[in-house]
This record gives sequence, structure tokens and C-alpha cells, in this order.
Amino acid sequence: MAEITTLHYLVVAAALFVLGVIGVLTRRNVVIVLMSIELILNAVNLNLVAFSRMWGNLHGQLFSIFIVVDAAAEAAVGLGILIAFFRNKETINVDEIDLLKW
Amino acid sequence: MFLNHIYLIPLFPAFGAAMMFFFGRRLQKTAVNAVCVGAVVVAFLFACFTVVEYTHFAHGTGQPFEKVVYTWLGSGDGHLNFVKLDGTTASFNADAGFLLDPLSSIWLLFVTGVGMLIHIYSVGYMAHEGGYYRFFGYLNLFMFSMLMLILANNYILLFVGWEGVGLCSYLLIGFYFHRKSASDAANKAFIVNRIGDAGFILGALTLSWYLGSFRFTDINALARSGHFAIGDPVLTIAALLLFVGACGKSAQLPLYVWLPDAMEGPTPVSALIHAATMVTAGVYMVARSNAVFTLAPTAMKTVAIIGALTAIFAASIGLVQNDIKRVLAYSTVSQLGYMFLALGVGAFAAGVFHVFTHAFFKALLFLGSGSVIHALSGEQDMRFMGDLRGRIPTTFKTMFIATLAIAGIPPLAGFFSKDEILWQAWVSESGAYRILWLIGFGTALMTAFYMGRLIYLTFYGQPRMSHEVEHHIHESPKSMTVPLVILAIGSVFAGWLGVPHSLGGSNPFEKFLEPVFAREAQVMQKEEPGQLAAGKKEEEHTDPMEYGLMALSVGAAIVGLGLAYRSYAHAGKDYPEPIAVKAPPLYTVLYNKWFVDEGYDYAFTGRRKIGDVRLGVMGAGEASSWFDANVIDGTVNGAGWTTRAVATLSTWWDKWIIDGVGVNGPAILARMISYPARLFEWGLVQWYALVMVAGLLGFGVYYVWK
Repeated sequence: MAEITTLHYLVVAAALFVLGVIGVLTRRNVVIVLMSIELILNAVNLNLVAFSRMWGNLHGQLFSIFIVVDAAAEAAVGLGILIAFFRNKETINVDEIDLLKW
Repeated sequence: MFLNHIYLIPLFPAFGAAMMFFFGRRLQKTAVNAVCVGAVVVAFLFACFTVVEYTHFAHGTGQPFEKVVYTWLGSGDGHLNFVKLDGTTASFNADAGFLLDPLSSIWLLFVTGVGMLIHIYSVGYMAHEGGYYRFFGYLNLFMFSMLMLILANNYILLFVGWEGVGLCSYLLIGFYFHRKSASDAANKAFIVNRIGDAGFILGALTLSWYLGSFRFTDINALARSGHFAIGDPVLTIAALLLFVGACGKSAQLPLYVWLPDAMEGPTPVSALIHAATMVTAGVYMVARSNAVFTLAPTAMKTVAIIGALTAIFAASIGLVQNDIKRVLAYSTVSQLGYMFLALGVGAFAAGVFHVFTHAFFKALLFLGSGSVIHALSGEQDMRFMGDLRGRIPTTFKTMFIATLAIAGIPPLAGFFSKDEILWQAWVSESGAYRILWLIGFGTALMTAFYMGRLIYLTFYGQPRMSHEVEHHIHESPKSMTVPLVILAIGSVFAGWLGVPHSLGGSNPFEKFLEPVFAREAQVMQKEEPGQLAAGKKEEEHTDPMEYGLMALSVGAAIVGLGLAYRSYAHAGKDYPEPIAVKAPPLYTVLYNKWFVDEGYDYAFTGRRKIGDVRLGVMGAGEASSWFDANVIDGTVNGAGWTTRAVATLSTWWDKWIIDGVGVNGPAILARMISYPARLFEWGLVQWYALVMVAGLLGFGVYYVWK
């Protein structure tokens, strides 16, 4: 078996990132969109951890922990907005959320 | 011991009134009699002992006795200060204080004495009337107020009594409140009195503003201190204002109109309140303020002239009235005029003396007329009386005595007091008031005539009442005749207290009062060095003129009574009125009371109008009401309409020009211009994200392939 190298990690991370972007762009349900954003963030985390391993120091891992915290906060805020919105419009379909249009 | 508890005197009748107020409805008539009559009897006895003790206390010096029970209003510690006219500060103080001096002693005795007799009389008179306890409660309340009035030691407390007697007068005039005329008369009395009361309170406040106190003793001491010049304008105004109050309470021109109407009340009330006691309150107040009045000769002149005019004016109306009580009412107004004439010429003692004697014979006349009315089952019109002398002999005899007394036949009470007044009017001011003497003399003649007319129409001639009424005639019960007899004795002998020196008497009445008025006699003397004050003069020598005048007025009395005898003593049905025969227009004028009520209706009450136009005060009110409704309100409404029209225009301008062109115009323009820019905005976030990703990819591709 060949050794798992940094490249493997980067490929997996890129795949995750692309899946996340496709999810964000195509899905209507805001919950799914938020989950897709989590995928994107975790792809970045994977990259950071992979580079951390490659260089043999902990800077990257440290950053990834920051991002995890940030993701949690963002999910909390996002779900809060979502619930408030649902109370007003009784929907969480993202294509019906078009109030920003002039 | 009595003197120190002088405050109890008014409290006895106050207790009676309170008992009637709370429990009267449930009490038997005998219990009402026991409480109410008892309270007044006790008050009378207490008053007698108090006055006896006072004469020991004063020792003939006339030194006033003052007892302050507590401070009622204001404060000595300066919380209620006011700035006096001279710029210094004084504190507002009115005590619940009692003052006894010779003047209030006299009032105290005759008010409680006559009041007691009238209470006893009322037991008989009111026996068959409804509201028995109410009547006696009011009477006791009246006694309380009157006693507060005469025992007060300051103007404010006096005013309490003053208003109290006014209230009781109102309640008792309107005692038969189911009769419209009675309640109207009560209202009239109350309202006319209110005009006087306004003058009184203004006068009292002016005095305290000037002198810094409400107490009689303080004010008299200051007025006598020589600090103030004779004719001091502020004192003159204060005295005139006080006299306005006296005019209201004591029924002088032009405020006398309420007193004849007050006869709507039960007869004992007319006797007690509207003849003997309350209406003399004005005389009392002026006599009490004598030190101030003496410093205001203008006010004195006014008092004398108003008094004389009232005397003859009321007497002339009395000549032709047919209601027995109305004749007596005008007689009262006329006699009160005499009293004010005496006060006005500076003969305070003579005025007070006339109050004293008048209380007896006028109370007697009213009670007698009540007895007549009682005997005739309520008939008050003298045209339907006649020939009663043998049927109600006690009433006849006592009333006859009273008639002689008021007419001025010696040696009855009225002779001495009336003659003293006429003599003082003759001599005072070097005889400048002789015209007033003449008026008084004419009044004496008229008095004798109308009193003779009353007696002859009532007790002589042929019976003119219906058979049914004639059948019921009976002498009144003992409780009514005994007071009549006692008052008749008083009417005979009361005058003997004031027999003048010229008739060999020592005039103890005037001597007793001298300390109260002494200083005033001196002031008058100083003013008129050529003319000695009457009291002094009499001591030196007696003017033969005095005998001449005396003879003249006795002659007038006899002539008056004689004329009345000739005209009425044999009056049958449809007897002729001599005045109506000789001078019909004069009779019409007198019979209609000089049309004063009508004049007042035109000028003040607005009850009469010419066509649709009211005149006088109410007319002015109506005119200003019209002016207010049409001109003032029209102007206001016009301003309102104009404002509204301008506002409508302004709104239109704002809505269409300012908002439309100025504000919305640029906005619409901006919206139109921004239209292409808005096309870029879908509002779908995912589209934005897609564009972003596409852009990133585009950049990525560009950099990779470059």
C-alpha cells in the first residue's frame, strides 16, 4: 500500500469543497445550504490539517480549531435567522427569500 | 361666675337647635317645648345674672368685659400676615371672643327676654301646625346666631352671627315652603341681604386693613386715639360700606324691600326676627362702630338722611296697606329709619333707646296681630275684620297699649324714645338737620294715623268677616296672652328708663350707655364749638324749645289717632279710604308701594319687560349676552372659518405642489433613472453566489491559461 500523502488529502478536500459549492448553488432548502457551507468549511479544515502534518508543526491545526468554533457560531446564527424567517413567511425555501430585490 | 362663663349663653339655644336637628322628629311636642323653650328661658336667666354681675364688675365705668375662649382664626405667631395700608404688617386674628359692655348688655337682655316671650307664645300659636320641632329648632338656631352677633368681640365673629340670623330668617320666612309666595319671599330676603352682607364684609376688611385688627376694643381705641383726622377718607369708605350692610339687615332704603315680604313667615317669626331683634342688628353694628362713624361725618350724614327718608317713605306706604302684618312691617321699616336717623345725628344712645322700647311694642303688635289672625282662622286682611274688641279683649287691650306706645303718647315707651330722637335731630349740627326733624315729625303723624287705622279697622266698626269665620272667633290660649300682657307692661314702663332731664328724670339709660359713646360726644363737640353736645347741654339748662317740640309731637300723635278714628272707627262694609277719596292718584301710588318692587323688577330682576325688551341690569345682561353670542362669538367663529379655509388651501398646496412636485418628483425621477441598474438585482442569493463562483472560475481560467 502506498503511503497516504498530502496530495491525497488535498484531493479529498477539493472534492468536499466542490460538493459543498454545488450544494450551496443548487439546493433550495436553507438547512441544506447551511450544511453545504459546513462541508466547504470542513474541506478547508482538512487542507489546513494536511499542511500542518506536512510541515510538522501545529499552526494549521490551531487554525482549524478556530474555524470549527466559527462554524458553530455561524450555524447558530444561521439557524436563528432561519427560525425567525420561518415564523414570518412559513417557508425556508431560498428562492422565495427575495426581499433584497430592490 | 356667670360673667366668666358668658360663652354659655349662646350655647343653650344652640343645644336646643342641635337636639331638634338630630332627634326632633321623634320627640313629642311637650319634649320639644321643654328643650327649646327651656333653653331660651335658661339663656334669659343666665343673661340676667351675667348683666347684674357685669354692673358690679364695671362699677359704673362702663369698662368692657372681654373673654377670649380660644383663637378661632389666624395666628399670633405671624403665619397669616397682611400688609396694612400704612405699609406695616399685621397678623390676621379673630378670636372666639365675647365682649360685654353696656351696649351689648342691653341687646342681650331684650333679645333673650323678648325671645323667651315669643317662644312661649309660639307654643300656643304653632300648636296646630306641622313641622313643630322644625319651627322651634330654627327659632333656637336663630337665638344662638343672634346672641353670637351681639356678644362677638370682633367683626369676623359678628359676621358669623350676622350670616346665621340671615340664614334663620330665610328658613323661617320660607317655613311654609309649599307656598310659592313664601319661598319666593325667603329667596328675596336672602338675596337682598346678601347685597348688604357684601358691603359689611368689605367694610370690616377695610377697617382691619387700615387699623390692623378686627377687635372692637382695638378699633375703638385706635379710632379714639386722635391719630386719625375727622373725615379720614378710608374710614369714611369703611363706615359707608358697613352702613350698606346695616341697610340690608335693617331694611333701609334702598334694600328694605325684603322686609314686607318677609311677613310670609309665621307671625311669631315676624315678631321675633323681623321686628324686635334681627332687624336691629344693623343698628347694633353701627352703634358698635360708633368710634369709626364719628370720624366720618359724611357717613354720618348719609346714615341720618337714609334713616329719615326710610322713615317717611315706609310710613307713607303703611298708610294704605290692607294686610295687617304688612302695615306692621312697613311700620317696622319706618321705626328702623328713626333709629338710623338718631345714629346719624350722633345721638347713639337715643337710637339704642328706641331699639329697646321698639322691641317691646313692636313685638307686642306682631304677637297681637298673630292672635287676631289666630282668632279669625287665618284672615289677615283688615277689610274683613272689625268689631273684635269685645270678643278678644286681652288681645285688644294689649294691642291698644302698644298702639299708644308707638304713636308716642306719654308716658308710654315710644314717647320718650321717639321724642329724644326728634329733639336730637333738632339740635344737632347747629340745627342743620332741622329738615330731618321735619321729616321725622311728619313720620310721627303718619305713624299715629296708620296705627290708629289698624286698631279701628280691626277692633271697632262693624264686623266684616264671613259668618263662618265670625262663628269661630275665640280668645287665644294662655301661652299666647301671657306674653302679650308681659310685653304690654314693658311697653308702658320701658320708656321710664330714659326719662330726659327736661321732664325731671335722670335718664339712667343714657347714663348706662354713656361710656360706650362718651368720647363721640366730645368729638362732635370739638367739631361744633358753638353747639354743645346734647347730653351736656341738658345738664346745664333745659331749652324751652324742647317742651315746645314735645308738645308738637304729642299733638301730632293725637291728631293722627283722631283722624284715624274719624275715618275708620265706624267702618262698615265697603268703608271709604279717605286718601282714595281725596287723592286717587296718590292712593294708587301708595297702595302699590311707590311701585318700588315693579321698578326693581324692571331694573334688577328682569321679571318685567317692555314689549320683548328687558331693561336695567338683566337687560344689560341680555344685551351683552346677545353681543357675546353674535359679535364676540361671531368674530371667533369667523376667525375659525377663515383659518379653516386657509388651512384647506394650504393642505392642497402641500399635498399636490410641495409633496407632489417638490418631494415625490425627484423620487420618481430617481426611480426612472435607476431602472437599468435595478435589472441586475434578482434577489436570489444563490444566483449571486453562482455569479461569484463563475467569476472566480473565470479568473482562475484566465490566470491558468495566460
